[in-house]
Amino acid sequence: MLRRNFIALAAATAALTLAGAPAFAQDVIKLGASAPKSGPLAGGAAVTHWPNIQLWMKEVNAAGGLKVGDKQMKIELVEYDDKTNGEEAIKNIQRLATVDNVDFLVAPYSTGLNIAAAPMIAKYGYPHIATTAATDGVKDFASRWPNSFWMLGTSTQLAEGIVQTLTKMKDKGDIGNKVALVNVADAFGLELVGAAKPLLAAGGFDIVYETSYPLGTQDLAPVISGAKAAAPDAFVAFSYPGDTFALTEQAQVQGLNTPVFYTGVGTAFPAFAKRFGAAANGIMGIGGINSSDPGVKGYLELHRADLGSDPDFWASATTYAGLQILGQAIEKAGSLDKAAVVEAIKGGTFDTVIGKVSMPNNVNENVWTVGQWNNGVFEAVAGDGLSVGAEPVKKAGWE
Amino acid sequence: MTPFTNDELKWLGAGAILFAVAALLPLVDQGFYLSLSVNIMLYAALCTAWALFSGPTHYVSLATAAFYGLGTYTVGLGIDAMPYPLLLAIAALIGAALAGLVGAATLRISGVYFVIFTFGLAELVRQLVTWTQTKFATAIGLYVFTDLFEQHIYWMLVALTAAVFLTAFLINRSRLGFAMQIIGNDETVARHVGIDTARSKIVLFMISGAFIAVAGAIMAPRYSYIEPPSAFNPMISFLVVIMALLGGTKRLWGPLVGVIPFTILMDQVSARFPNHTMIVIGLAFLAIVYLIPNGVTGLLEQARARWKARAARMGQEKAA
Amino acid sequence: MNILITGILLSGTYALIALGLTLQYGVARIMNLGNGETLVAACFVAFWLYTGFAINPLVGLLLIAPGAFLINLVIYLVALQPLVKRAKNRGQLEVDSILATFGLLFLLQGLMIVAFGGEYRSYTFLAERFDILGNSYGLNRIVAFVAAAAIAGALWFFLYRTRQGTAMRAVAVDPNSANLVAIDVARTAAIAFALGGALTACGGALISTFYTFNASMGVIFTMKALIIVIMGGVGDIRGAILAALILGISETLVASLIDPGLTLAATYALFILVLLFRPQGIFGRAPT
Repeated sequence: MLRRNFIALAAATAALTLAGAPAFAQDVIKLGASAPKSGPLAGGAAVTHWPNIQLWMKEVNAAGGLKVGDKQMKIELVEYDDKTNGEEAIKNIQRLATVDNVDFLVAPYSTGLNIAAAPMIAKYGYPHIATTAATDGVKDFASRWPNSFWMLGTSTQLAEGIVQTLTKMKDKGDIGNKVALVNVADAFGLELVGAAKPLLAAGGFDIVYETSYPLGTQDLAPVISGAKAAAPDAFVAFSYPGDTFALTEQAQVQGLNTPVFYTGVGTAFPAFAKRFGAAANGIMGIGGINSSDPGVKGYLELHRADLGSDPDFWASATTYAGLQILGQAIEKAGSLDKAAVVEAIKGGTFDTVIGKVSMPNNVNENVWTVGQWNNGVFEAVAGDGLSVGAEPVKKAGWE
Repeated sequence: MTPFTNDELKWLGAGAILFAVAALLPLVDQGFYLSLSVNIMLYAALCTAWALFSGPTHYVSLATAAFYGLGTYTVGLGIDAMPYPLLLAIAALIGAALAGLVGAATLRISGVYFVIFTFGLAELVRQLVTWTQTKFATAIGLYVFTDLFEQHIYWMLVALTAAVFLTAFLINRSRLGFAMQIIGNDETVARHVGIDTARSKIVLFMISGAFIAVAGAIMAPRYSYIEPPSAFNPMISFLVVIMALLGGTKRLWGPLVGVIPFTILMDQVSARFPNHTMIVIGLAFLAIVYLIPNGVTGLLEQARARWKARAARMGQEKAA
Repeated sequence: MNILITGILLSGTYALIALGLTLQYGVARIMNLGNGETLVAACFVAFWLYTGFAINPLVGLLLIAPGAFLINLVIYLVALQPLVKRAKNRGQLEVDSILATFGLLFLLQGLMIVAFGGEYRSYTFLAERFDILGNSYGLNRIVAFVAAAAIAGALWFFLYRTRQGTAMRAVAVDPNSANLVAIDVARTAAIAFALGGALTACGGALISTFYTFNASMGVIFTMKALIIVIMGGVGDIRGAILAALILGISETLVASLIDPGLTLAATYALFILVLLFRPQGIFGRAPT
């Protein structure tokens, strides 16, 4: 360990001395990226955000770059750490726009940082393709910042997804109508719970247990035992990565055997399947993909081959698709003119790893909303405007 | 109030000119350097407000993020119902109230415990705010959309920093400032000469807290989207302490000479080594602790003393 | 009953987080803000040993503890002792050590990000059901609790029944007087710091069996540790353990009976109460 640290330290120092002047070559598209490399959201960004930028650039550059007019242009990345801090994110965008003079930007990571940076990105007219922001505000944002595009759907869509899935299973007779509803107490959890409650009531569900817990809590035994005491048919938690793992482990340990077990962000991480192995089968969560779709299949293979791991089965493919859209729009516009590219995105239909995407109103409405683990793949069982990979099934016990 | 002396008037005039020059910056650049200056001005206000209390009392407060976040939240919750300037005032009141409460509970005890308590205060306030929001609020995501651009925020921060300086200046020449000096030197002596030490400290803490809350309120429109992790970011508390201590807290302008080099250094580090920011900052930190133990002001004063000694020697030689 | 046992298990976790810091802060007088990073680093090493070499985390402790002891000893001798020597009084040392260990926090976090990446990590170890009085608990938590108890017991034995340990307690009470009775204060402090680091690392290795962690979450642990240390009285392991118990049980009580959203509020309420009524800690003696 000591040695490994030393090597890392040595490498870091070497990188420090070597870094500095980036190569200035013509016929290169400069792409700027600012997202967390440290701070509370670094964990999520390391899974969902950064690898996809690397992956896409490698693909594009290996193919000789983008065809802009009659020139082949390779892509060069200028990247900054926003330390999960809105102030840093704004400053980074300013730096990318006025000091580095980048041609295009990759959108920041997470709802909050995307919104914090949006006015600044709009000021410089860059196309802003947000692929990791899921909130009900997207329609407002699209009209407020016409250069912005929102691809991950809304909280209401996500809440509708799980409620529809529950309704489907209830109608089939798989489950009864008792639901335990849990959420992490932050804007994301609150928005989802706020959207889900009226939908559940309308669907004839009875919320037998409801609670929230603070962000960052990993000792969730009381939540699970409370839920267990209420004997629900479905356990639904709008949670974040750390607590998603903790809730699942506690449910497993305490034997909370509900036919539906649903957790939030993090369920779609490959680490989740690795951690719970066969016990993950049947667990539902936010996101999902259709693994029989050829585009998705190709993306999965690419990700595995290049990065040696599965992607996050929610926003990862969307992030990659967002970059594909940017690339295709640049080629379509035939120039590096930002306004022309924004127009091209607005007017076009793009062939991406998540299927055909068009955003005439700046919002992508076609998203997968609920996934279910099935032997190492997080198969979509509910979605809007997209074909799903499988029908939802009852979860067997934990063993 | 005693009239200003000539020297004091000179300082006031120089300060006014400096702030006026600083306020002209957005006319020159609206790009990255304005953003960087917003950052510098924000920390200048925060650090000076922090040092206002922590300088004379030697209590290290890590509660900056709590006050800052409360200010941000005041604007986030009230922006649709009330005019923005009123919200700034409310933020100041809330900041002062929280500081009063915390001060009353903890300032009677030793400094070490105060450090720890304030360390967790941001976290506590953040939880209480989210919990209240979960239970009682109807609006969930908080958006702050205003017509304020970067230069407006910058100007407000310049004004705030000027206000902090002016307040600190006035406090220093008031009875409270005199009392703080005695407390800072020796609290027992202060108590013996009849100073209500706890009350003085609480008042000072409240003023400092109010200013920090206003800074948070000013920054709210910049983030557009208010969520607890960013509003109550504990990093803010740490950075404020570091920068203020780097500058030195014995002089009013001490924090300022810490903020400017530190912000620019941090910025350079994150621009050049995006993947190793943490390592470089860590090393820079250790270097600061070992090489500049008394802060930049200490360094400057040493240099000044040396220079004076040399000048005196030269004078003697000439006379001889 | 279920609540009580869950609370006691949780307090085991808290004790693991805090025991190392109470030594570092109490004896060596270093308020180590990098405590959480040490813990997370140990999580990573345990993870790496387990997934890479199939070394059971409990066996891994035998590697991690001495390793952490040595690394922390070096850190203390190289980075912190100059500060101790330089400091004119305790306040000066406090400020310096906050700054220095804050730098250390960044440095460790940066190294971990470079070495292990920023992703969430987690692995399966003894995530089995274990029944006590009809309720089920995670076997890994029970193992961690038992280990915590064993570590605390060993530490108590060391501090109260051996010469070296007595010296450490003497330094914790008053370094100047300890010096007068021929205790090598500098050496004792260095060992206490290293030992504290080793304890924290053991805590990390055990906690990694049931927590999901990433390189950026050390500060959460540091915060809990500091609260427990102050509540228990700086440098007092009995106090730290009692404080951990109080916190674990009361948090579980609040989460089960009132609202999980208020656990931290409960923690701080307790913390304030202790500060107001026994500012020297639960077992601490008032300074004379």
